[in-house]
Amino acid sequence: MSAPSATRLEGLVAEAQRVLTICNACRYCEGFCAVFPALERRLEFTEGDAHYLANLCHNCGACLYACQYAPPHEFQLNFPRALAQVRLETYRKYAWPGFLAAAYERNGVATALVTALSLALAIVFAAMYAGPERLLAAWPDAQGSFYAVLPHGVMAGIFTAVAAFVAVALAMSFTRFWPDMGEETLEFLRVPSFAAASSDALGLRYLDGGGDGCTYPTDVPSFARRNFHHLTFYGFMLCLGATTVATIYHYVFGWKAPYPFYSLPVILGTLGGVGLLVGPAGLLWLAARRDPHLADPAQRAMDEGFLALLVLTAATGLALLFWRESRAMGVLLAAHLGFVLALFLLLPYGKFVHALYRFAALVRYHIERKRPLPSLGSE
Amino acid sequence: MDFTQRRDVLVIGGGNAALCAAITAREAGASVLMLESAPIDFRGGNSRHTRNLRCMHDAPTDVLTDAYPEEEYWQDLLKVTGGLTDEKLARRVIRDTDTCRRWMIERGVRFQHALGGTLHVSRTNAFFLGGGKALVNAYYRTAASLGVDIAYEAEVVKLTFEGARFVSAVVRHGGAEHQVRAGTVVAAAGGFESNFEWLREAWGEAADNFICRGTPYNRGVVLKELLAAGAQPVSDATQGHCVAIDARSPRYDGGIVTRVDCVSLGIVVNRDARRFYDEGEDFWPKRYAIWGRLVAAQPGQIGYSVIDAKSMGKFMPPVFPPLKATTLAGLAQALTLDPAALGRTVAAFNAAVRPGTFDHTVLDDCATQGLDPPKTHWARAIDTPPYYAYPLRPGLTFTYLGVKVDERARMYLSDGRACDNVFAAGEIMAGNVLGKGYIAGIGMSIGTTFGRIAGAEAARLVRA
Repeated sequence: MSAPSATRLEGLVAEAQRVLTICNACRYCEGFCAVFPALERRLEFTEGDAHYLANLCHNCGACLYACQYAPPHEFQLNFPRALAQVRLETYRKYAWPGFLAAAYERNGVATALVTALSLALAIVFAAMYAGPERLLAAWPDAQGSFYAVLPHGVMAGIFTAVAAFVAVALAMSFTRFWPDMGEETLEFLRVPSFAAASSDALGLRYLDGGGDGCTYPTDVPSFARRNFHHLTFYGFMLCLGATTVATIYHYVFGWKAPYPFYSLPVILGTLGGVGLLVGPAGLLWLAARRDPHLADPAQRAMDEGFLALLVLTAATGLALLFWRESRAMGVLLAAHLGFVLALFLLLPYGKFVHALYRFAALVRYHIERKRPLPSLGSE
Repeated sequence: MDFTQRRDVLVIGGGNAALCAAITAREAGASVLMLESAPIDFRGGNSRHTRNLRCMHDAPTDVLTDAYPEEEYWQDLLKVTGGLTDEKLARRVIRDTDTCRRWMIERGVRFQHALGGTLHVSRTNAFFLGGGKALVNAYYRTAASLGVDIAYEAEVVKLTFEGARFVSAVVRHGGAEHQVRAGTVVAAAGGFESNFEWLREAWGEAADNFICRGTPYNRGVVLKELLAAGAQPVSDATQGHCVAIDARSPRYDGGIVTRVDCVSLGIVVNRDARRFYDEGEDFWPKRYAIWGRLVAAQPGQIGYSVIDAKSMGKFMPPVFPPLKATTLAGLAQALTLDPAALGRTVAAFNAAVRPGTFDHTVLDDCATQGLDPPKTHWARAIDTPPYYAYPLRPGLTFTYLGVKVDERARMYLSDGRACDNVFAAGEIMAGNVLGKGYIAGIGMSIGTTFGRIAGAEAARLVRA
């Protein structure tokens, strides 16, 4: 990490510590989410604590609206923003390889589009080189048409390599982040805490503002964000499910894509695609209406870039489904593969990583909950 | 904001009591104008610094454990006020707290549930989810959606009466003064705790060393106008909810985080390095409210809570760091106390400590013997460096001088006449119930109960 970044991190951690000290003396917000019970276990805050608490926070804003010390009060306490800024530093600090840390602030919509279109163009050129008549031909809805444009071996090879890289990058980030929170590696896999954290994550438990919904995008509680996030997450999972089923079809049964409309991979992919279209679009719409006091401007590009890639991945996938018998199929396939590839390549260097750190923080939270609280006598 | 239109009900104030009154009156069909003197960001008076409501209940509820019967609540109140309370009004408040939570929930207020392991859940007090500002925000949303007209930065500077009847108010807003006429008025504008000139009249120069824990907007202008119009006063200007807080707190608006919760773990000395009260008399939540007055009575209105390493980390973490030294003499120097005097006080205290089993969660048997004043619980020798200290000042939360009301929240004049169209709620009449002393969460109980009564009575009068 470069020197200016280290200084910036120290400054942010110092601000987070100042804010956490005020919050810990107040504790009015303890019912909103996991962050407050976690901070109440501490009497002082290390840098590791700041990273941990920052990644438990969903930046919903309930605590800011409820805060009697929020600006313009002289304490200038903006808890969600202070934690959001620390979160960006978490992403930078634990990025692997380290020299890509700067990507978090650069990965906007433009980067996403350029990456995706470059990859799509590369695929188009490769296909053109292999046989232009195939790329632009109209195909009957028959097995193997996709692989006439781009051979299966090439497609599978590229995606396996990218997936392996993403897995290694995320695993490396995790193995550096987890010990810094002060936990043993194997603690992460203990069943009760892992299961509790999974349940929280799959249900987005803390995106409920303590009951009525998150104060997002305004101070009026609502479940809009949780619902759009569910559409996004489960849309993504359905698409992964579609790919997994298709892989089994291919290697186990020897059935080649594209598959019929009523086949399992297509049904899963279509449902997932709709989720990935509506969910991220909704999140983008909410983000645009967001109270500017809560947002960290430095992360806006990263958030938008990731959401835009999800929307366009889904849009190109659905377009490919509807026009796969037309002459546009070859180009649409290239575009879709370009977007999927860009999405995966940028996963470890964009908003997606919140899932990794947040889940790790939730597991830690459940490990900690089993430990005794510091005794403060009769409060 | 249209100030020319005559309203059924004029609510002066913008905190919990004012909001309860405005919502209740509007729901009863009255046209309501609410005047909040603070800007929108600081709306809500001292309610934005509150956190809970003291509630009677005969069985465990979703947000309260066990039972807290009416009689126990009444006895608690009787004890802290030393009988300076109006039993009829007090019992009205106590009974209302059993049922008002449903009303609050229906108007957007949320409570912390008894299920969460680490949350503050108690037998006597229901905690607001997110604290008092969250409650205030919910009420403002509800009031606005009901059609209550709300003006911010609207300060009432004059009230006009004809005999015992309210006629109009003069409001300063947007650089101009407006005459506002209304059929009834609900005065819910708080006490005068942020008016240091008035505090000086009551306390003398000692007031200069007070800190106002809450809103800087409770200057007591409305209270003064009512008293000038002949309202019968209750309690007196030196009474209030006053706790010992960190001397380094801001002059206004420091709220809850200014707390210092280690008094019962160590000793408290004054400017002369002398102890002056039993620090271990009872649990801190039952004693914090008397320490403001105790410190106010000391020379220079300052005290120092002194503890040693044994007690560090065993109390709610304060927002300001402690002063710290490896020797008592060093600590005295940091506090600008006479090192020899502090040394004598600590030595005498340590020598008087009798052996016992320390347990901060019960009234333990660690006490001093032959010491004046004694320390009756949690007395342990101060002998383990490093030594720590927190400077203390009187932190005034709200004042009790108010106007006399009956159980319909109607204001009374000193000549015994009731003002038919003047109602009072919240701090401005809390002195009827709290002549002195304090128990946690009763301010919100009084405000909620009398806010609702005042709103209902005001609306009933104009709709009749």
